Amino acid sequence: METYMILLVVWWVLLGVLLTGIGAMVGMDMGVGTLLRYVGRTDAERRVALNVIGPHWDGNQVWFILGGGAIFAAWPLVYATAFSGFYIVMLLLLWSMILRPLGFEYRSKLPSPVWRGVWDTALFLSGLLPMVVFGAAIGNVLQGVPFHFDWRLTSFYTGSFLWLFNPFAVLCGLMSVALAVYMGGSCLASGAEDPVGARARRAAIAGGLAALVIFTVAGFWVSTMEGFKLVAGPDPGVPQTPLHQQVTRVAGGLLANYATHPALWLLPALVYAGLLLGALAHAIRRPILAWWLGALAWIGVIGTVGAAMFPFIMPSSSNPAHSLTLWNSGSSLVTLTWMVGFVVIFMPIILWYTSWAFWVMRGKVGVKHVETSDHAY
Amino acid sequence: MVNDFVVDLSRAQFAATALYHFLFVPLTLGLTVMLAVMETIYVTTGREIYKQMAQFWTRLLLINFALGVATGLTMEFQFGTNWSFYSSFVGDTFGAPLAIEGLMAFFLESTFIGLMVFGWDKMSKAQHLIVTYAVALGSNFSALWILVANSFMQHPQGAEFNPITMRMELQNFGALFFNSDAQSKFVHTVLAGYVTAAIFVCGISAWYMLKGRHLDLARRSFRVAAVFGMLGGGGVITLGDALGYVGAKVQPTKLAAMEALWTAEKAPMAFNAIAFPNQAEQKNYFTVRIPAMLSILVTHSLDGVVPAIDQLEVQAQERIRNGIPAVQAMEKLSANPRDEAALAQFKEHGKDVGYGLLVLRYAPQGDLTKITDADIVRAARDTIPDVSIVFWSFRIMVAFGLLMLAYLVLATLMTLANQVERQRWFQWAALLMVPVPFLACEFGWLVAEVGRQPWTVNDMLPTWLSASTHSVAYMVFSLSGFILLYTAFAIVEIYLMLLFIRKGPEEHGAGHAAAAGLPSAGRKLAAQ
Repeated sequence: METYMILLVVWWVLLGVLLTGIGAMVGMDMGVGTLLRYVGRTDAERRVALNVIGPHWDGNQVWFILGGGAIFAAWPLVYATAFSGFYIVMLLLLWSMILRPLGFEYRSKLPSPVWRGVWDTALFLSGLLPMVVFGAAIGNVLQGVPFHFDWRLTSFYTGSFLWLFNPFAVLCGLMSVALAVYMGGSCLASGAEDPVGARARRAAIAGGLAALVIFTVAGFWVSTMEGFKLVAGPDPGVPQTPLHQQVTRVAGGLLANYATHPALWLLPALVYAGLLLGALAHAIRRPILAWWLGALAWIGVIGTVGAAMFPFIMPSSSNPAHSLTLWNSGSSLVTLTWMVGFVVIFMPIILWYTSWAFWVMRGKVGVKHVETSDHAY
Repeated sequence: MVNDFVVDLSRAQFAATALYHFLFVPLTLGLTVMLAVMETIYVTTGREIYKQMAQFWTRLLLINFALGVATGLTMEFQFGTNWSFYSSFVGDTFGAPLAIEGLMAFFLESTFIGLMVFGWDKMSKAQHLIVTYAVALGSNFSALWILVANSFMQHPQGAEFNPITMRMELQNFGALFFNSDAQSKFVHTVLAGYVTAAIFVCGISAWYMLKGRHLDLARRSFRVAAVFGMLGGGGVITLGDALGYVGAKVQPTKLAAMEALWTAEKAPMAFNAIAFPNQAEQKNYFTVRIPAMLSILVTHSLDGVVPAIDQLEVQAQERIRNGIPAVQAMEKLSANPRDEAALAQFKEHGKDVGYGLLVLRYAPQGDLTKITDADIVRAARDTIPDVSIVFWSFRIMVAFGLLMLAYLVLATLMTLANQVERQRWFQWAALLMVPVPFLACEFGWLVAEVGRQPWTVNDMLPTWLSASTHSVAYMVFSLSGFILLYTAFAIVEIYLMLLFIRKGPEEHGAGHAAAAGLPSAGRKLAAQ
């Protein structure tokens, strides 16, 4: 049991790593899509922006796919309950995301301005919408989602689709868009020649500051919200399910963990530090440093949310006793052990060749390059 | 409690999106490997034409690859969005290969395909070759892990059902990975991908010959592809045969449906070459039978027998009766996980729990005590998949497979004798062959997955229970959305593919430079 609980915590942290990876790596490409029309006033300038992330978007997107696969493997009940509950929103996410590979690959294949205009819009939407949904999903999970189980653990979502866009969730959605703009802007500031790079730098600073304001507002909002408290779980010694627990709602409960462990305040502090220093780094023209500070801010954001919710992963607002926690929704010991093994072996390899890929493609992309290269989008 | 129409719509959506995704996957599997072959020839011989070939076919690969990636995104999440109970039921086991696919395959393939396309001028020849190999390896690894996952649905190995957590929990990773079904299916599918890519490249090369364009590139591409495809083609059929051999043991209902074998027969069993199965009457019309052939094909002997549908239904009735107390025990354990009597009851009947879940569909208000003998007969009849679809899909797949093998052998002989560029009829034939492998792959999917019905996990989890509890309106909305989007994608993809085939290898960078009003430039990088 002891080892199992450690493994659950490890996988809870890895869930955070995955979400951070999605935020930083996929979010960066999404930010570029969102900014496409702002940083690129002409067709050639837009192609500069697309070619900066051209060699990397596909690899980055795997963070998102791995997110799906790893949640499936390590947190099957979360995968089953969250994705079916958020059905229509998930469809919006998927439909906008599947436009993206086509947008990158097909946009510059034909010279027609109408054709390219349509794909530019598709790239904009497929940058903006998924980040709104990503943030809104986190916002909803923080508040609790209306679902319950029957005796077989079939999940039933009882909320409406529109409820998922409640004001707090939308605020979280905007937060993630602002961070995406920051990451995308930083990426273009480092990889694109001026004027695209200069515009991207301004956008990044604006995005970072907007994220700070939203983070602060959301923080005060959270302090007034009800949190959840696990009063009693199933008896020790039997396999844990969400069917035998007592959960109560507590006003201000999302700050309870911070009250007991004040060191956790370092996590939100990380967001402030990352974004403020990031803006400074942009001011002194150090976009790569600024990107890494943004990644640090993402760690802070996901960490802040995780610390506020622990041990809940997805609380139920309509039937709190059925809430999904760290203890009742993870995979079995054997699965979690094997999966840790694969992560320990493959993650360093992935990070190594991803870094190599960025190193090979280093250097700035400019208008001249995209107009003469055979291998450009 | 479960709306059958929602289940049907969910199935339709999964089938449509999976079949669509599978139009792009085999070509990627094979073409990435073939690009590695072409580039290896370029690097070892230094002949520029092979670099041109690699770059030209890469361009077509990418048009295809984009849609493969896009539609693959849907698949990774669709288990959760539409098969919620399935996901919690098998995630502990089935999720692992999916996650490993991400870690081991998708990152490799996707990170390096960017370098493969954009990195020609940024790396040494050898480095670029390694990158191309990494892409091919990545795409093939992804097939491996997805088929390990799929084989768990066909032949659940390495996991045990836990009646308290209501899920199949992994016990033995080795048994999951070395599932006999997974191993033969992996090789079968990957080789089918190689054949698909080979016939695609041969067909387009033949079209250039017909038009008298790019003859050097066409001739060499044809030769590489024909040999590559012929080597793969023999393997597809051998492994397909091995799959039938394995399948006979673990999925007898699928096999009986494939052969439209309604009633028990003595060895040696005759093979229904042609039949028009009638599911309601449980018999075939207009059969053409080959004596003894079925025993030879399936058991590789004259005295082998395989069970017929009538025998399988009787066995299913037994298992349903045994499964009912297992499900009842599960319900008690759900209320009280410490109920020792229920646990003992489950231990006794648990191996048939899936059959208990199958008949739950006919239980009034989910009360299994009210199940009648008629319900059991009905549920047993449900264990037989749609015989017509499975029977004919299988025959079409095999016929296409044999046709392709014959064609590839002929193509290899002709290209080695330098005859392809002289025989216009053969060039036309090569062009007409292009759709065949894609169709064969689709029919292969139908045999495997329709033949698995009524289960999502064979003998363990019925399909009707696996779907998410959405409303009909949600499903109509999502299915319509997919149909609209995917139709639009198909039109765009085919248009671009034809356009770039027509442009051919010399029009480098045309889309870009032409748009900017510049002449088509060489591969000089003006600015760094």
